[in-house]
Amino acid sequence: MIVEVGHYALILALALSIIQGVLPLIGAQLGYDSWVAVARPVAIIQFGFVSISFAALTCAYVGSDFSVLNVAMNSHSAKPLLYKVSGVWGNHEGSLLLWVLILTLFAATVAVFGGNLPPDLRARVLSVQALIGAGFLLFMLLASNPFERLVPAPLEGQGLNPLLQDPGLAFHPPFLYLGYVGFSMAFSFAVAALIEGRVDAAWARWVRPWTLAAWCFLTLGIALGSWWAYYELGWGGFWFWDPVENASLMPWLAGTALLHTALVVEKRDALKSWTILLAILTFSLSLLGTFLVRSGVLTSVHAFATDPARGVFILMFLVLVVGGSLTLFAIRAPGLKSGGLFAPVSREGALILNNLLLTTACATVLLGTLYPLFLDALTGEKVSVGPPYFHATFVPLMAPAIVAAGIGPLLAWKRGDLVGALGRLRAALAVTVAVALATLVFAAEAPVLAVSGVALGTWLVAASLGDFVERIRLFRGPFGETRRRAKHLPRAAYGVTIAHAGAGIAVLGIVVSATWESERLQVVKVGDSVPVGGYEFTFRGIQDARGANYNAVRGIFDVTRGGDPVAVMTPETRVYDTPRQTTTEAAIRPTPTADLYAVIGDPNGAGGWATRLYHKPLVHWIWFGAILMAVGGFVSLSDRRHRVGAPRRRTARVGTRAGTSQAAKA
Amino acid sequence: MRIGHTLPLGLFAIVAVALGVGLTLDPRLIPSALIGDPIPDFSLPPVDGRPDGLAAADLRTGEVAIVNVFASWCGPCRIEHPLLMEVARRGAVPVHGINYKDLPRNALAWLERYGDPYRRVGSDRTGRVSIDWGVYGVPETFVVDRRGRIAYKHVGPMMPEDMHQRILPLVRELQGG
Repeated sequence: MIVEVGHYALILALALSIIQGVLPLIGAQLGYDSWVAVARPVAIIQFGFVSISFAALTCAYVGSDFSVLNVAMNSHSAKPLLYKVSGVWGNHEGSLLLWVLILTLFAATVAVFGGNLPPDLRARVLSVQALIGAGFLLFMLLASNPFERLVPAPLEGQGLNPLLQDPGLAFHPPFLYLGYVGFSMAFSFAVAALIEGRVDAAWARWVRPWTLAAWCFLTLGIALGSWWAYYELGWGGFWFWDPVENASLMPWLAGTALLHTALVVEKRDALKSWTILLAILTFSLSLLGTFLVRSGVLTSVHAFATDPARGVFILMFLVLVVGGSLTLFAIRAPGLKSGGLFAPVSREGALILNNLLLTTACATVLLGTLYPLFLDALTGEKVSVGPPYFHATFVPLMAPAIVAAGIGPLLAWKRGDLVGALGRLRAALAVTVAVALATLVFAAEAPVLAVSGVALGTWLVAASLGDFVERIRLFRGPFGETRRRAKHLPRAAYGVTIAHAGAGIAVLGIVVSATWESERLQVVKVGDSVPVGGYEFTFRGIQDARGANYNAVRGIFDVTRGGDPVAVMTPETRVYDTPRQTTTEAAIRPTPTADLYAVIGDPNGAGGWATRLYHKPLVHWIWFGAILMAVGGFVSLSDRRHRVGAPRRRTARVGTRAGTSQAAKA
Repeated sequence: MRIGHTLPLGLFAIVAVALGVGLTLDPRLIPSALIGDPIPDFSLPPVDGRPDGLAAADLRTGEVAIVNVFASWCGPCRIEHPLLMEVARRGAVPVHGINYKDLPRNALAWLERYGDPYRRVGSDRTGRVSIDWGVYGVPETFVVDRRGRIAYKHVGPMMPEDMHQRILPLVRELQGG
């Protein structure tokens, strides 16, 4: 019964999304106020119906109702509750439902909190958002119905892929989708602005918080995913340049560019068409990711349920959404007036450089991901593009972006002073040089590339903090003055400092852990000691253990340093009951400067066990940095400007001009 | 300016067509260049830390052999790996490996983790030898007949049906003839 309610709610949601997608759009065009007024209540009710639908499916999972095909295929009664719940979105149909839930959530949020938006703009935004939702709802009801019944119902379900039964991965998709789908807001605003033919500072101010929030969530989602790969795949790597990983990286890169360029529209009324285009591209890349993951056009380690028929539907949808919006762009964008001239060396100039580098990097990833497909379509040849390509193209593009990110925030709008900015970064430069030299002298083996990487990361952290210290005049004046300045510094400035420093910390983590990792792969017998990175790993033996729905073989290692005990590490190999599958659970022991990482493999039949032991310096900085980036985004999001919301259009422009001249003086 | 603004649409059209064509293709289907040609002359050193390298002479001993091109950074290689392990366990036909553009320590670790089905593995750090073999990417798998000619080539990860319905029957046929 509950399941039918869920199914029916989904059908009602589709009907509402069509109403919401059509009426307000026409109403805004022809000036029918009552049609425009439909948008808000319908958006909220539609979210209500999708929530009911989602709750119904969750109910079916928690209650292990195997008469539902989706539950029978993906769940099992002996699974812990957390994974019963995360099982809802651990499959193709359920994850689509989560997609739509978040999509309608964002629309409802605009409807509830968008009181200060001009009614026509709000109506158009909600319409575009609803049309995207209609496409997904139609797709679910026609080709991927999560509520399909199974008669007769089996007594037991087939279980969730054990690799996915993990707390890190349980929350990875919701964050990822909050990011992907969050960019749909920027997209809807862009399309609405193209229909209106007007993009101004006020528009940018409305779009930015949505983009920023989506970006923060996507950052967290990607970080969670790579953290999961790090400890669950048991391979010690955290990024494999797999098509599915690239699918999440591309919207992130484009979204990062969008975040920065929307700032230029807001402050300087320039770069409008480019910003609109980026908003369209960012969401298009999110959709492309969905297509790649679900259509089976590319081989990947973690492709979803792949089905060409679904691929055809998503491709048609993709053509409609992306092709439609780009056509609109081609027609309307030339009419957008752009103001705000600026010199090449200026905040705008730095942000354009940032955009060029980020979008080029995004394009190289796109090319690397789709190249096998292109070549196959054109010549029938098959290739697989691996990390060597991405390392050769992506890394050199990011290096100048990092240098620029250190300087950019110090340049004034319109016309900046590069020499002055560098002068204010003297301390940061000195720290960077000192750290680079220290690396050269003290590190056992220091390849030039690694030292440059360390210098880049240090530079970004030092420059971000240096700029902040300069702004609050720390140690330069009386403490009261510093406190007053710190208090009056906008939250957005704190956000920039935190996020940029976070990026620098992540860079340091990536470079240092990749360069100075020590690993020992060998067969050990009980009592054997293995030295790794200054630590002694002593193998104490094997235990058998039983978990909720798996049997485990647990290796026990005593770890000591200079004779002092540091930790007992217990890596496991688990064999799950249903489906019968083996997973590795690495034991990870973080120390302040490194991760100790142990994996137990198969027995060799003669009392020995294959083991892999790693010492990974600074590897946790990667995720710490990513979290800082997201925190910086959230801090910036809490800025007064966003909370108060943008005032009406006319006054907004005047206000922005005033703000700009102040910023230029500061 | 007009052209500039339609450029994104044009580029997307190309991508969309490619995606559409891609949907009709199976990313694992087989092209047939080099079939029937003799294997190239080559000699590859072993992967550091593993005993035997691979050279053309090893494949001209009058024995039918399977040659698998793999890399530790290649995701799809992991998919087909259990099949190679199974074939190696049965021992009916030798399986050799060409380790493509890989760091020796990564390759060794990979073999340790997933098992080592190979009798001999040649380390092709630069990928030059693989070019002579006509390798487009990894994984690829060749069947070499008794006279040292390429009898069959599979591109992409092998599925159980590829191994059991095509490759192994062909190997048996070549061994019999």
